[in-house]
Amino acid sequence: MEALRQLGQYTLLLYQALRSVTEFSTYRENLFNEFVKIGYQSIPIIMLVGVFTGAVLTLQTAYQLDTDLYPAYIVGSIVAQSVIIELAAVISGLVLAGKVGARISTELGTMRVSEQIDALESMGFNSVAFLVLPRIFAGILMFPVLYIIASTLGIIGGVIAGAVDGILPAAEFMKGGRLFFFPEDVVFGILKSFVFGFVITSISCFKGYFAFGGAEGVGNATTQATVLSCIYILLADFVLAAILL
Amino acid sequence: MIEINNLTKSFGKNLIWKDVSFQIEDGETLAVIGKSGCGKSVLLKHLNALLYPDSGEVVIDGQCVFDLNYSELRLMRQRFGILFQGGALFDSINTFENIAFPLRYFTNKTEGEIKKDVEEALEMVNLKEAGKKATSELSGGMRKRVGLARAIILKPDYLLYDEPTSGLDPQTSEEINELIVNMADSFDLTSIVITHDMHSVLSIAEKVAFLDSQKLSWFGSIDEMKKSEHPPLVEFTTASEYKIKA
Repeated sequence: MEALRQLGQYTLLLYQALRSVTEFSTYRENLFNEFVKIGYQSIPIIMLVGVFTGAVLTLQTAYQLDTDLYPAYIVGSIVAQSVIIELAAVISGLVLAGKVGARISTELGTMRVSEQIDALESMGFNSVAFLVLPRIFAGILMFPVLYIIASTLGIIGGVIAGAVDGILPAAEFMKGGRLFFFPEDVVFGILKSFVFGFVITSISCFKGYFAFGGAEGVGNATTQATVLSCIYILLADFVLAAILL
Repeated sequence: MIEINNLTKSFGKNLIWKDVSFQIEDGETLAVIGKSGCGKSVLLKHLNALLYPDSGEVVIDGQCVFDLNYSELRLMRQRFGILFQGGALFDSINTFENIAFPLRYFTNKTEGEIKKDVEEALEMVNLKEAGKKATSELSGGMRKRVGLARAIILKPDYLLYDEPTSGLDPQTSEEINELIVNMADSFDLTSIVITHDMHSVLSIAEKVAFLDSQKLSWFGSIDEMKKSEHPPLVEFTTASEYKIKA
């Protein structure tokens, strides 16, 4: 029953956000701020995640295929495709659920319990247009950019790890990568990151916007936002793979 | 005029109050008193539909606020200013910007006009030099004053105060009380003050609504309150250090 009530509340919040799309002057400034916070300020962690994901995957794939049955460049094929189709989007999504999702739910939760959201509404402000909409928009638009950065650096990380460890030269890695490169895989990855951006920001906004019960309530909202974002990322990943692959 | 008719509110199975009815005439200052947790702040948030009741209505100038659509409600809310208990200042912007905030979004004033209005509001609440301060640098009393300056910046018809003197020392409380009286006089405001500070009530209010036992237990003027022998009201008022009967 409680789950149904929350689903209804979440749907109504999204509906109100959708209806507020035309109020651009209300959320314009916050939208640009969120581009910076969600997009620009996440680049360092996404670069780190991308490089290490590609590097570790290369080492592990080479270890598992340590046989003469396959040409060495096949490691490049597996790593590049895994990064593009799955890992860049999902691992980035899980990391950003912590970084971006926790920030959003804590910010909005604190604003709720300190009556700042009530203050906005009492002035005649549309608090959903002001607070929720720019965060969801920025998430939807910035996550694909972060995905492209993560997948590019994932492949670069794989190339470097392969070359440094002496598993396969960079040229061989790239040859393998090109052999099984399909542009639609990139489209699929971008679509995933688009969905993950929506999932993380909308759930985090929802949990923060309706937080209650002081500092403990904000803590609970943040924990729930992060955990639910991770769960729904994995679910969405499965559903998208089942439908589109 | 604000009419509150048969207002009933509960959270889940927890009844807050039932069938609360009273009227506030234009230009009056009403104090809503009662023990902590009796639902005073909840009542305040019904006046501009920040909360909705289980039943009943709040009628402002002949229009029930709960019947308004969101666009109409937002316009109606601009007729209210609210001083929240902790000030509810936006901590991402400084004091000046907090007060300027409604002006930037709801008026077409130039930067110069906004600066002038904000400085006037700051002067009115005796915080002329505080404009550049971050909200985290403000004391409890200063936060309430800045909240008050923000509440009056759009020249509302109704000013709502949620525990304006709670957590303040007696001297600062007295200054806030004076501000409330000055605001009401300067702008011909209708004011509703939620408090359990009887000294404030005696300093600022013309009428009193007493919430007790999940209902409006008593309603009347300050003079009537002083003469009242309504046992719960007498018990509440005499528990204060300001024994009003004495």
